[in-house]
Amino acid sequence: MQQANRLRPFFENITFDRDDNELILNFGPQHPSAHGQLRLMLHLQQEQITKAHPDIGYLHRGMEKMAENMIYNEFMPTTDRMDYIASSSNNYGFALAVEKLIGLEVPRRAKVIRMMLLETNRLMSHLFWLATTALDIGAMTVFLFAFREREYLMDLIEDYCGARLTHAAVRIGGVPLDLPDNFIADLRKFLDKLPENIKDYEDLLDSNRIWLMRMENVGVISKEMALSWGCSGVMLRASGVEWDIRKEEPYELYDEVEFNVPVSDKGDNYARYKLYMAEMRESAKILDQVLDMYEGTGPELMAHAPQYISAPKIDIMTQNYSLMQHFVLVTQGMRPPVGEVYIATESPKGELGYYINSQGGAYPYRLKLRAPSFWHTGILTDLLPGHYIPDVVSIIGTTNIVFGEVDR
Amino acid sequence: MRAYTPKDDVQKKPYYTDRYWVAPQVAKSDVSEDAVFAADLEAIKAKFDVLDAYIQVGQMVVVINAVDNFGVIELMKNELSYNQLSEMSAIDWLATEGKFEIFYQMLSMSKRKRIRVKCKIGEKESIQSVEKLFRSADWSEREMYDMFGVVVNNHPFMKRILMPDDWEGFPLRKTYPLQGDEFAQWYEVDKIFGKEAREIIGPENRDPARVDRYDTERFARLGHEVPRGADISQGEPDTPLVYQEEGGVFLIEKFDAEKSVVISDRDR
Repeated sequence: MQQANRLRPFFENITFDRDDNELILNFGPQHPSAHGQLRLMLHLQQEQITKAHPDIGYLHRGMEKMAENMIYNEFMPTTDRMDYIASSSNNYGFALAVEKLIGLEVPRRAKVIRMMLLETNRLMSHLFWLATTALDIGAMTVFLFAFREREYLMDLIEDYCGARLTHAAVRIGGVPLDLPDNFIADLRKFLDKLPENIKDYEDLLDSNRIWLMRMENVGVISKEMALSWGCSGVMLRASGVEWDIRKEEPYELYDEVEFNVPVSDKGDNYARYKLYMAEMRESAKILDQVLDMYEGTGPELMAHAPQYISAPKIDIMTQNYSLMQHFVLVTQGMRPPVGEVYIATESPKGELGYYINSQGGAYPYRLKLRAPSFWHTGILTDLLPGHYIPDVVSIIGTTNIVFGEVDR
Repeated sequence: MRAYTPKDDVQKKPYYTDRYWVAPQVAKSDVSEDAVFAADLEAIKAKFDVLDAYIQVGQMVVVINAVDNFGVIELMKNELSYNQLSEMSAIDWLATEGKFEIFYQMLSMSKRKRIRVKCKIGEKESIQSVEKLFRSADWSEREMYDMFGVVVNNHPFMKRILMPDDWEGFPLRKTYPLQGDEFAQWYEVDKIFGKEAREIIGPENRDPARVDRYDTERFARLGHEVPRGADISQGEPDTPLVYQEEGGVFLIEKFDAEKSVVISDRDR
């Protein structure tokens, strides 16, 4: 006897009994190439997809709810868990939003260090994307190569903040630490070698027959579709829209560095792959310039705003009032002014936005996380029909979705 | 006497607020200060009622009537070249005003401007879908419904998106507790084992910070180790502590400083 409210064994992956020869395939949520907990309900005619329903929520942790119950500084490590491939960029987006709300100016050295973190994170994320996508398509060598380079970057980040994946390396008002010894030299060593490495990947993939067959003219996103679906980042630029927030609405020091925004009008998987490779080169270029900027900066790492940001350690240890303020800021949290702010930054995946509604309390009244991958998953609804099952894997690969960010 | 906790907003509150503290405001500036925004606002005002408009942190905020939401966004898309709806969601003001505030975050790539369109609806009211204009609203509106219970009219697939389909309650409402309500604590038990197993299994622990000092199955007791599963609710035996293995630690003994190589620098 089966009971209605129990999970019961059934053939959950395939449904056959349709008159119209339609087959419904349940892809995921534990599929290795789904890059996380993505479940796709695919309606098939033979091997061709006629309808696709992405089903998300398997990694939903209610971060927006958590944010309403946390003081601002407490929420910082939680942002790590969104796009956990490049967590500093999440930290940074949140810090920037709160800084705009308060109206803080960050010291120049902190800005330089943040730039380094942001771009190393972009490199890490793109390398990770290349590795996993290549692995999905079957290019094991590229996977190992790209992970090797990513490992060096993770070592660098570990040197800086002690963590490899969940960095929490940015604070509201600046950065917690100065660069360790050898950081710049090590990063330079890495950057010197990176063009060679990227060339290696391209040599392996660019003229690879299998890679081209899986990538070229597969998953074509038109310009209108990309705009309508709220795509951003590489997903948008591969469809012929030249829009990079770093360039168009520059934040931090992006208006002081020279870099190009690679754009393609093909809109297919291959275009996105080429853009990721080009972006890695641009990131290296930015890092190269930022490393030179570090020299001329003063020693301050945190903004001076006693009402919101704890004083430097030396003041806390020597001055009674600073200690009192620090105590209040740690136990009760800062109280930003009443107002709302939406700040978008260009994370490796696309437009990462933080909407904060503050009612002057220590807890945000409402915090909305605008994660790019959410819409890059949604677009699968319109993108997959017409493609064949093997294309699903390569399309999911090039959308570069991370489920920490989709489900939040 | 127990402290009074309001039932209409159960989110965490600061335990102390200075009685004379006045919250500062984020500066709002007049729309006329920015020529692009002023022109956009004129175009909207020509066709629709605008309740309020100002510039805050570099973005224009336009407050409209909820019935005009489709019209305003259509106008912004077709005539004012706001070509992307980057975000939309709701804010719960039920406790204070009995209303939801819905905001649409619009982006114009040609003008490099962002506008936030806001409107308010009552708890039982619904709002028109803008999915016809921007496909991205498909998922955002579903998320808004899932999290707040705001019903969207003319939506092609109005279903929960993040929470399970058979979930009860709307998690982002201020009345919904952070740890989940009673439905939440029985959801998985009922689903997997059936309602009749409730007494055997008990409610799900939804407080990640909960520590049970008598639970020797799941909690380590550093310095007071007892056998796993031992019942210590009636007192516990003393645990003798030994800090060193007989004859030294095997692993350390094996290492020889002279024979090992110290890598000081890795080849990146």
